[in-house]
Amino acid sequence: MSGPMVEMRNVHKSFGGQQVLRGLDLQVTQGEILVIIGRSGGGKSVLLKHLMGLLKPDQGQIVINGQEISRLRGRELDQLRERFGVVFQGGALFDSLTVFENVAFPLREKTRLPEEAIREKALTLLKQVGLADMGHKYPAEVSGGMRKRVALARALTMEPEIVLFDEPTTGLDPIMVNAIHRLILDLHRRVGFTAIMVSHEIPEIFGIADRVAMLHRGAVVEAGTPEAIQASANPVVRQFITGDPEGPIQPD
Amino acid sequence: MRILWLLGEWALTSLRDGGRMMIFLGTALCWIFLPPLKWRRMIARIHFIGAKSLLVILLTGVFTGMVLGLQVFYTLTKFGSEAFLGPAVALTLIRELGPVLCALMVTGRAGSALTAEIGIMRITEQIDALQAMALNPMRYLVVPTILAGLIAFPLLTAIFDLVGIYGGYLVGVKLLGIGEGTYFGEMETYVGLGDITQGILKSLSFGLLVTWVCCYKGFYTGYGAEGVSRATTEAVVLSSVLILVWDYFVGSVLL
Repeated sequence: MSGPMVEMRNVHKSFGGQQVLRGLDLQVTQGEILVIIGRSGGGKSVLLKHLMGLLKPDQGQIVINGQEISRLRGRELDQLRERFGVVFQGGALFDSLTVFENVAFPLREKTRLPEEAIREKALTLLKQVGLADMGHKYPAEVSGGMRKRVALARALTMEPEIVLFDEPTTGLDPIMVNAIHRLILDLHRRVGFTAIMVSHEIPEIFGIADRVAMLHRGAVVEAGTPEAIQASANPVVRQFITGDPEGPIQPD
Repeated sequence: MRILWLLGEWALTSLRDGGRMMIFLGTALCWIFLPPLKWRRMIARIHFIGAKSLLVILLTGVFTGMVLGLQVFYTLTKFGSEAFLGPAVALTLIRELGPVLCALMVTGRAGSALTAEIGIMRITEQIDALQAMALNPMRYLVVPTILAGLIAFPLLTAIFDLVGIYGGYLVGVKLLGIGEGTYFGEMETYVGLGDITQGILKSLSFGLLVTWVCCYKGFYTGYGAEGVSRATTEAVVLSSVLILVWDYFVGSVLL
């Protein structure tokens, strides 16, 4: 196919007078892993919510596979959302359901598959994230790393074209961070989804990203391959990836 | 000037919040008639709002009846008309105290928990997760709760009335020595179907009111633990006040 799969053009969004996105431009190619880096509160989660249609831009366009999505409603919006899988920041697992039921939930609610097929599919997914024997536990009974993996399995249940990751590794130990990254890479290779990930894990994300975009003050200041970003001359990018408290970005 | 400014701001916020609450109710009521209904969730909610409130309802019901028996007896002896203790207790319970106290007790026990549960689902992005799966949170969270309220409240009220009447019987007949036949016989004469209908209508409207307010407050909770705790408090206070206000208006229309 030609052109980018996902394109955000000049997107503006403000909340109660506070501008969060100011003229954001972003393009995502089919099949790639794009990692968005930037400061906390810089609008990264807001960006993801625009893609899911949970928020509408004040100005600008969001185009997915050639379709302008920001004004979609009802049935059309549902159809759009069915093409997405989302791994939320804290996992957002339903805590009244077990791990297994969480993974099976989209299948039970959105398909008419027989129970047998649902069981099999959910178990396969749990096995892929290494949690086959944890199905009977409730989200509150498993560790943070496991919850993130369950969330990953649930996001992949409906075989989405695009998977959004909202800080999939925040708050995990370094070993678990790498394990989750490897898992994402592995599943990406096998399933072939397009991934848009918001993350703070520098330098780990340079190992899994096809492209990295730096978000600063509600706009993308630079986007490119991990090598290009690491070699960037832009002082904002330089400061962010080295974690220097002195520079153009002021800690508030 | 500053006072005017504050007053204006207060009026605008209240108007906006009120409007948002009405839109929430309207949307929820529309979704009730859009199948499929989530049966299992509704039954779980009935269990939570209804079955689990039984003990509290039994206890408050029996003691309300006993207090009524005692106080009404004391008042009636002044006019020498203790014989009317039965209907006095029954009418007070069926028309007023049953639906109102029952609604207040369930608000405290189940309503607060509903707000907290939905509020936590909001702040942990579980509601966003539902929407991201193209599943409507109204259908999954709000509709089953409202329907459960409409089913559980009248039943709980009926139980409250019944044990209350027996509480009054315990005090009036067993303790203060009114004849058993007088207590129940006069009740039969003076309590009509209209009284019972009024009680049921009230409890139905309270069922809607409490689940609506509690779901709404949870759904639009603020940020973090503080947001949820504030939403829970507001839900209980607002439900309780609205129960009493609404009770007066329904009472004056239906009387």
